[in-house]
Amino acid sequence: MTRLPFITLALASLLAGAAAQAQDKPSQATIDSYVKATFGKASPEWQARITPDESLAACNLHRNAVPSAEADAIIKRELAKVGFPADGKLLGNWKEGYKVANNGRGGQFSDPPGTVAGGNCFACHQLDPKEVSYGTLGPSLAAYGKDRKYDPDAIKEAYTKIYNSMAVVPCSNMPRFGTNKVLDEQQIKDVLAYLFDPESPVNK
Amino acid sequence: MPNKAAANAAIEETKGLGMKLPILGAAVLAAAMTLAAGHLTAQAPPLDDSEKEIERYRQMLSDPFSNPGFLAVDRGEVLWSEKRGTKSASLEACDLGEGPGKLDGAFAKLPRYFADADRVMDTEQRLLWCMDKLQGLDTKDVLARRFSGPGRASDLEDLTAFIANKSSGMKIEPQLKHAKELEMAAVGEELFYRRGGVMDFSCATCHADEGKRIRLQGLPNLSVPGPAAQATMASWPTYRVSQSALRTMQHRLWDCYRQQRWPVPDYGSDALTALTMFLQKQAAGGEIAVPSIKR
Ligand code: HEC
Ligand code: HEC
Repeated sequence: MTRLPFITLALASLLAGAAAQAQDKPSQATIDSYVKATFGKASPEWQARITPDESLAACNLHRNAVPSAEADAIIKRELAKVGFPADGKLLGNWKEGYKVANNGRGGQFSDPPGTVAGGNCFACHQLDPKEVSYGTLGPSLAAYGKDRKYDPDAIKEAYTKIYNSMAVVPCSNMPRFGTNKVLDEQQIKDVLAYLFDPESPVNK
Repeated sequence: MPNKAAANAAIEETKGLGMKLPILGAAVLAAAMTLAAGHLTAQAPPLDDSEKEIERYRQMLSDPFSNPGFLAVDRGEVLWSEKRGTKSASLEACDLGEGPGKLDGAFAKLPRYFADADRVMDTEQRLLWCMDKLQGLDTKDVLARRFSGPGRASDLEDLTAFIANKSSGMKIEPQLKHAKELEMAAVGEELFYRRGGVMDFSCATCHADEGKRIRLQGLPNLSVPGPAAQATMASWPTYRVSQSALRTMQHRLWDCYRQQRWPVPDYGSDALTALTMFLQKQAAGGEIAVPSIKR
């Protein structure tokens, strides 16, 4: 067996071959035809999931850096999609909320039907400071409620954020959990309690 | 991944590695570990226990003789010259871009435009084309086995490993001359930023910043040309220890679209080739070393 030995990657020569000519942005129709070639066999329900709504279409067009008028329009549009609990109670059970934050299942084509989706918050955020396995795509949320003195306005803002991240930050990279029906209202209240209950490990 | 948690994760991986290499005798494994340890003693400053574990893990991962991916290369070599299909022909006349049967350096330039098909194709698409046209082989069966599993070999994985290995030591050289190649790269870039699915994710959600991770998994920034993209693209196909299988870019993108909460991407289809073309452009000049071995 004559094989080249495993070669340590040389990380230099950045420029070699990278001098491709600038190419005009392909038309939306061209891009869509590629999407169809690859995902066209999916069911109508799945097709609908990857058809961008008005806000997402704007985010795609500007690669999330939307001009300010567009940003205002997105906030207004997305805010209208936030549903608040009828009884006005925003906080649920933090222990259930931990389960929501820790669960990364749901929404993948490999998930069996009926899979309960989680919020997968730990994938992107530090929450309980004792949990070492957390991601860094979002800011740390350790001591989130405590730092905000459990202020009702902060609670409402966080509810809004989790229900629809773009109602707070246009083109946020965080999922719109409520609006996209990933989490139901009770799950959002529970995860909010995980952030804001003084007994939650997040605030210990 | 600087913290203790990462260290623990790597230790878990090391244990996993020991258990998941059924092909290798324990003796070989022990020898590899001893070798790695020997290397360690030569190093200063002294490492603590968990750092040593990580270092040992790295050593094992970069030792070609403990990489079962090379078994796929060997299987691919056999398949390449085996007469199969209704035409009882081998693949030896297959043109991967450098001329019929010319394999050296071909992978480094794929995907590329093929005049006979009037399309841009990646390695797997081209192989399917050659199986159909040259061999008259039943590609339905080949596609059913596109990803290997326990007791199920994949011709496409094995052949791609064999072909890619013939470009080891060479530099990634994206082909961006033909109009269709340029379109592929440009569409791939757009697709990289296209958000969708119930989580509103795009590739860029996870691969457009430096030093980010999901849970404890580091995420390469593939949005800019340079070392991260080079190191990434130059290391596929790879033997995935966690899956006990050799995987090609087709599987990596399938898995990323799964995490992206998008529908199942069709194997060997144009959006995947476009993304691959874009990533190869980001990775231009990266020195290929495949099959590698990873988590
Ligand atoms: C894919 C990554 C991702 C996931 C998953 C995610 N977030 Fe976020 N989150 C972000 C990012 C990025 C920001 C910062 C930008 C922004 O505010 O939109 C953020 C911001 C926040 C904020 C506002 C922080 C502040 O500035 O005060 C809160 C609260 C929050 N996330 C809660 C959650 C909760 C609860 C979950 C799970 C149910 C969750 N996030 C899941 C990425 C994510
Ligand atoms: C929700 C997160 C997420 C999304 C979205 C995502 N990826 Fe990934 N990607 C990952 C993770 C996690 C890994 C594995 C890192 C590891 O194994 O250490 C990965 C690995 C990769 C790798 C291999 C990296 C290596 O070092 O070998 C490539 C290439 C890649 N992704 C490309 C893409 C492309 C292209 C898309 C869009 C189609 C995409 N990813 C979308 C999370 C994601």
